[in-house]
Amino acid sequence: MRQRRHTWQTLLTGTALATAAAVGLTGCGGTTAEPKADANAAAAFEGRGPINYVSSRDASGAANKSIEEWNAAHPDEKVTFIELPDSADQQRQQLVQNAQIKSDTFSVLNLDVVWNSEFAANKWILPLPEDAVPSGQMIPATVDAAKYRDNLVGAPYYTDGALFYFRQDLLTAAGIPAAPKTWDEMKSACEKILALPEAADMSCYTGQFDKNEALTVNFSEAVASAGGTVVDAEGKPTVDTPEAKEGLSLLVDGFKEGLFPSDAITYLEEQGRRAFQDGKVVFLRNWPFLYSSLSATDGSSKVAGKFGITSIPGTDGTGVSTLGGRNLAVSPFTANKATALDFIKFFTSEEQARKRLELSSRAPAYAALYDDPAVVAKRPFFPTLLESLENAQPRPKVVQYGATTKAIQEEAYAALTGEKDTDTALKDMQAKLEEISAK
Amino acid sequence: MTITDLRGLAASESCNRDSGAPVQARQKRTWRSYSVYLGLALIFIYCLAPFYWMIVSSLRRTADIFDNTLLPAPFSLENYAKVFDGSTMFGQALLNSLIVAGVTTVAALVLGIFTAYAISRLNFRFKSVILGVIIATSMFPGISVVVPLLRFFTDLGWINTYQAMIIPNLSFAIPLAVWNLTTFMKQLPFDLEEAAMIDGCTKWQAFRKVLLPLAAPGVFTTAILTFIHSWNEFIIALSMINDPAIQTATVAISKFTGATEFQAPFGEQMAAGVIVTVPLVIMVLVFQRRIVEGLTAGAGK
Amino acid sequence: MSTASVPRTAAGPPRRQGRGRGTGRDTGAGAGATAGRTPGEGRMAALLLSPTLLVLALVIAYPLISAIHQSLYRAQSGLDADGYVTEGEAFVGLANYVDLFAGESGRRFLNAFGNTTFFTVTTVLLETLLGVALALAMNRAFKGRSFLRASILVPWAVPTAVSGLLWRWIFQSDGIANSLLGSEILWTAEGTASKLAVIIAEVWKTAPFIGLLVLAGLQIIPEEVYEAAKIDGAGWWRQLGSITLPLVKPTLLVAVLFRMLDALRMFDLPFVLIGPGKESVETLSMLAWDESNQLRYGSASAFAVILFLYVAAVAIVFVKVLGADVTGARQLGAKRRERQAQRIQKAGAAA
Repeated sequence: MRQRRHTWQTLLTGTALATAAAVGLTGCGGTTAEPKADANAAAAFEGRGPINYVSSRDASGAANKSIEEWNAAHPDEKVTFIELPDSADQQRQQLVQNAQIKSDTFSVLNLDVVWNSEFAANKWILPLPEDAVPSGQMIPATVDAAKYRDNLVGAPYYTDGALFYFRQDLLTAAGIPAAPKTWDEMKSACEKILALPEAADMSCYTGQFDKNEALTVNFSEAVASAGGTVVDAEGKPTVDTPEAKEGLSLLVDGFKEGLFPSDAITYLEEQGRRAFQDGKVVFLRNWPFLYSSLSATDGSSKVAGKFGITSIPGTDGTGVSTLGGRNLAVSPFTANKATALDFIKFFTSEEQARKRLELSSRAPAYAALYDDPAVVAKRPFFPTLLESLENAQPRPKVVQYGATTKAIQEEAYAALTGEKDTDTALKDMQAKLEEISAK
Repeated sequence: MTITDLRGLAASESCNRDSGAPVQARQKRTWRSYSVYLGLALIFIYCLAPFYWMIVSSLRRTADIFDNTLLPAPFSLENYAKVFDGSTMFGQALLNSLIVAGVTTVAALVLGIFTAYAISRLNFRFKSVILGVIIATSMFPGISVVVPLLRFFTDLGWINTYQAMIIPNLSFAIPLAVWNLTTFMKQLPFDLEEAAMIDGCTKWQAFRKVLLPLAAPGVFTTAILTFIHSWNEFIIALSMINDPAIQTATVAISKFTGATEFQAPFGEQMAAGVIVTVPLVIMVLVFQRRIVEGLTAGAGK
Repeated sequence: MSTASVPRTAAGPPRRQGRGRGTGRDTGAGAGATAGRTPGEGRMAALLLSPTLLVLALVIAYPLISAIHQSLYRAQSGLDADGYVTEGEAFVGLANYVDLFAGESGRRFLNAFGNTTFFTVTTVLLETLLGVALALAMNRAFKGRSFLRASILVPWAVPTAVSGLLWRWIFQSDGIANSLLGSEILWTAEGTASKLAVIIAEVWKTAPFIGLLVLAGLQIIPEEVYEAAKIDGAGWWRQLGSITLPLVKPTLLVAVLFRMLDALRMFDLPFVLIGPGKESVETLSMLAWDESNQLRYGSASAFAVILFLYVAAVAIVFVKVLGADVTGARQLGAKRRERQAQRIQKAGAAA
């Protein structure tokens, strides 16, 4: 028995020793609360030389072309493309890690619009001069999404808005003259369409409802389309309102009444695309990215030439889209800030945006490009997308976006799966959001 | 146990185990061998069916990647072409993985054998504490190690170096090597080495010529397990490396992008998964022979 | 010759008789070990051990210290007048730890704690059964054995991130799993099915780890032990229970211990397969990740430290309950005593 005890002591002492050593060392090695440079001083853009552009890969190759053009013209201020993973979570993790250790490796950052406030408030990106972007020519919502408390902190790179995809062929067959503009119209259109023999196995509508950022998007849109907001202009949470309830109820009832496919609770953007492309749903809320694969005429799409697009539906008229997209920002830890600023101006200029449209279908921030006949010929969804964007609302612009979106996802998901009723879910969501904004 | 015992052990390993079976058992054996083969087949299917699905998915076109047909139709190498498309530098990434995993394995084995020898053969104080500390390093959640290490390696100027990946990998590899090899050496009798030393071998020779070959199955198994573990390591390699010339295969895979940000490059990821898995399997096939050889060669002397 | 040098005989296989003399070795081992220690060995051991300890200190000591340090601090919350995050952190003592158990975060913590424990128990149990079966299969002589061995290793060789994606694909609502089963199970949504999906994928991935280690253990069992048992008329199951398992126990224990340490820190698989923030599969590692992802480094570190202590406790209990002689101290001590006894005997004889 003695031997056994000895063995057991083995691990215990080992662990305890390591812990004790660690605690002991901590006493002398701790550093906290070191003062950072003043925000205004950081705003001086000085230093020229090579810089790094940090982003996930652009599969179309358009971003690389812009960089090559810059490098050809600026041999002493070359830009190197540092690729980040495809997953947005991993991108953010890498960006935050490098900001935390104040690494000078990352110079120009490609940020999701929802990370904007957090990065700005933590001083992980620099405020930009007002003339860094030609705001007047850009879609207002995109410029707004690049601001933090009225200061420009990013340059809009590309944007994104929701489109409402519908089956034109089935609408026609059911004798419905125009695409529905409201949820009620959509429901009554579905009643007629699903009665058709060719639509027997179909569901009415789907969005994206998996517990993911996409659910925050769909929830925000439902609330905004019912006339509510998630947070108001002062950043106060407002999901305990009748409008928010009406919005969430649209989605909850959609599941209850069988309007949505039964597995829609696992849907992200891609699953939604497939459901529509394979003819499983009549209506779909999604981003514009799937337009080209829906239109493919090589036999992969069952709906090529049979579908139309419009703005998403609301309760009393057209709904409100959530704004997506990306901004470019400058890290305060890079040595060559002047080059970084010049590069951002160059990269996000209208000229470069137009050039990138040759290869990429990502929606530019410049309104004029949406009406350009040469562009529209290639990207037929642009005029509809512009309507959606002009009406679009940002997701909550809060510093603690991570906690905010998590609270929204958790409560909305609980309501959709029937784990909580709509009132409780919204009450809990309001409480959680209030707690977060109080911090 | 005597040297003869161990020679017997080696000899029996080197020849077919069935050859010595009593004749009476043959009747029973036929019936049993059927059920055994059935069991083996089930194991085989369980291990390989998901991998088969990986291969099938990797051979589909992007357009029909969601099919559930058991064979890819039409068959396409599109994904493999994309994996080796120049911009991803995937060939280089494979080489980097090989370097990182190879050096990690060799270093872990050398250190592990030293340590295991000391623990199983030498008498000294705090032995239990040391063994406890060694395994305690395997107890800290990997994701919590990243930021401190990133800070540390940045200060050392180790960003974009192989050692920034190899040394953290050792924190898994060394405990496994030490514990496994200690167990192995502990089971091997001292008398053998003592006999060798009486025969005029030095302590080092006794270790190298007698103990080490006998521990070969343990050494090779540890080698395979640590090699694969480092070959598959991701989060450290992702955080410490931003130069595509030094990044490893798993990091390269994470940077594959679909046609748009909402579309996962699943076919490519599966193709890359097949590409990084197959060399390991071939390596194991080769190593297996060495395991048996090592065993026989050592004990036969 | 002594039993002490072959500890596996202590587990009770048939070779015990005739080895004699070892029965009294459980008494006074500590004294024996001390008496037999020579200064040269200590120095040699220090020489052999120092590189290992140095490397491990480099990789783990710093992160561990900084985690413990971090866990005692909390970043200032709130924004200043210009909307910037208030800088600096305050020493909060154990408040981060206390908060883990309170209110909403306490509920999440308990849930994650339960999931982690549940996954560890179920997966390690299944992996052990399957792993031993794999090892026994691999150790048999038959045509194509080397091919089977290599194919068994495939799941372990597939990178975790890729296998997570593969299983997510298999388990998606219109994936091959549902198509083969003819079911409409939503594997990746919250619920029991998602737990099952994680277990299936995890066992598939890691059973080969145990299998391979156990195989190596099987390979050093002398064939003659089985021959003797066959002559005694012992059947396959008896051989398994009274020879194979006891003899392979030390290796198996190490394999299971390492699997437990890994399973307790499970992160990638549920994260990729089911997704972050799904409570049905949220583990302690995922919770630590989520906290640091939301820039709450204090409580993220507290989670990491708690997880570390939990893992250490489990390891200690495991080693204690199963009585693995991890250091070999018993054995060495006995060996020394034996030598001393011999010396005394010789001296006695000479006198």
